[in-house]
Amino acid sequence: MRFMTIVKGAEGLNPPAALLQAIGKLREEATKAGAFVEMGGLLPSTTGARVRLADGKMTVTDGPFSEAKEVIGGYAIYNVRSKEEALEWTRRFMNLHKQHWPDFEGETELRQMREFGPPA
Amino acid sequence: MPVTAPDTHRAIDAVWRIEAARLIAGLARMVRDVGLAEELAQDALVVALERWPRTGIPDNPGAWLMATAKRRAIDLLRRGKMLERKHAEIGRELAIEQELAVPDIEAGLDDHVGDDLLSLMFAACHPVLSTEARVALTLRLVGGLTTDEIARAFLVPETTIAQRIVRAKRTLAKARVPFEVPRGDALTTRLSSVLEVIYLVFNEGYSATAGDDWMRPQLCQEALRLGRILAELARQEPEVHGLVALMEIQASRLGARAGPSGEPVLLLDQNRARWDQLLIRRGLAALDRAEKLGGGLGPYGLQAAIAACHARARTAEETDWVRIAAIYEALGKAMPSPIVELNRAVAIGFAFGPAAGLARVDQLTSEPALKGYHLLPSVRGDLLRKLGRRDEARAEFERAASLTRNARERALLMARAAECWG
Repeated sequence: MRFMTIVKGAEGLNPPAALLQAIGKLREEATKAGAFVEMGGLLPSTTGARVRLADGKMTVTDGPFSEAKEVIGGYAIYNVRSKEEALEWTRRFMNLHKQHWPDFEGETELRQMREFGPPA
Repeated sequence: MPVTAPDTHRAIDAVWRIEAARLIAGLARMVRDVGLAEELAQDALVVALERWPRTGIPDNPGAWLMATAKRRAIDLLRRGKMLERKHAEIGRELAIEQELAVPDIEAGLDDHVGDDLLSLMFAACHPVLSTEARVALTLRLVGGLTTDEIARAFLVPETTIAQRIVRAKRTLAKARVPFEVPRGDALTTRLSSVLEVIYLVFNEGYSATAGDDWMRPQLCQEALRLGRILAELARQEPEVHGLVALMEIQASRLGARAGPSGEPVLLLDQNRARWDQLLIRRGLAALDRAEKLGGGLGPYGLQAAIAACHARARTAEETDWVRIAAIYEALGKAMPSPIVELNRAVAIGFAFGPAAGLARVDQLTSEPALKGYHLLPSVRGDLLRKLGRRDEARAEFERAASLTRNARERALLMARAAECWG
């Protein structure tokens, strides 16, 4: 099963280089454990936009999403055998934040991905 | 929310699944016995199951488990148990004890982990073992599967797998198989055994059909995991990336190869929107790595290159059959096989017309290895139908149907035979 993890935190803070380096090591560790599929960091929301559909009307709002307390900062996809395994990788990911970025406040959301599986 | 005991147990199980292979591999390097290493790792798990529900899971659970297992190994060594196992000639015993006593576990672990895991894979796939034993041991030690899971996946009783694993470990110990990454020429042959085991696991999963135990299709995932691990550990080996590419691309079609009632859907009839683009992208990237390493592609790489041609085509009509036919020619040289030649004939039929394809197939009809192989008349029937020779085509489809043992495939072939009427 595949899980996507989405990390959210306050906007405008630059993750310290030590954290990025540690995340690189975690990625390597997850690859050697056969769990890693994909990972990506997102640039500030100034580079993005939102396309909203409500009452049949579409509105496009350019970033930054200043009203949002926390914005998505990155994501990862893991191929694991249980939700607990995905949780363990996430725990490790958040532990790195605790170690290398003590001021960080935020959360990582885990969601199982829908996939076209082999015959059930 | 308080963490309850069952939650902790599931969390510990997850840690175990992540860490088991690395633990066993690290311990095997020190004690030089894969079976003993597994026991030591299991013992450490038992301690964790006792302790962690009270203390919580440590920040670095892998290092904790390793430290615990090493302490246990030292105890065993001191009590002479390892001597009984006839592993420790005096000098070696000292070496083991010294290694176990290295205090900075984490640093030691990091330095060795890649080579250790790789050595573990090579040991589990060692030629002194039967192919079945290699498969079971690899899934158990590197994949972290339980004997029950392996048994269900291969549709055999659990005791059979348990015995197979016990015997395999004993064989390795008896043959004094060194725990190492082979070098030079030996590396190539030993590596091909590892690749063979992984692809065998993949194909076993790929052949699962609706109604099978859910563990069977999981084997595709397990093989992919093993392949991805190997690709990280043996980055310089083009065939490793070739196999990973092949499996990623084949796995991308898992959701498209069966219809609503489980009937097989042929590659060219599949709904390509259902192909998993994430896996295709990973597969193409792996193929690219294999190609960039130079020296030409091996059999896995070439098969991946063919799979990639299909993956790149947005519709079946866009398939680059000329290229596929050329790759089959290369594959036939790298891995001579009448089945490869049959596939090549199919590609030639698409690339240069059914008459050209038929001419190729007709060269294969006397091939002893293809006698009784249902795809030969099936391919021939297909080409004859395209040439408008319907009666001959129908006879071929009927013959193919009588040769296959798969009921779903038979139904498909009978339907094709029926289409030739009128």
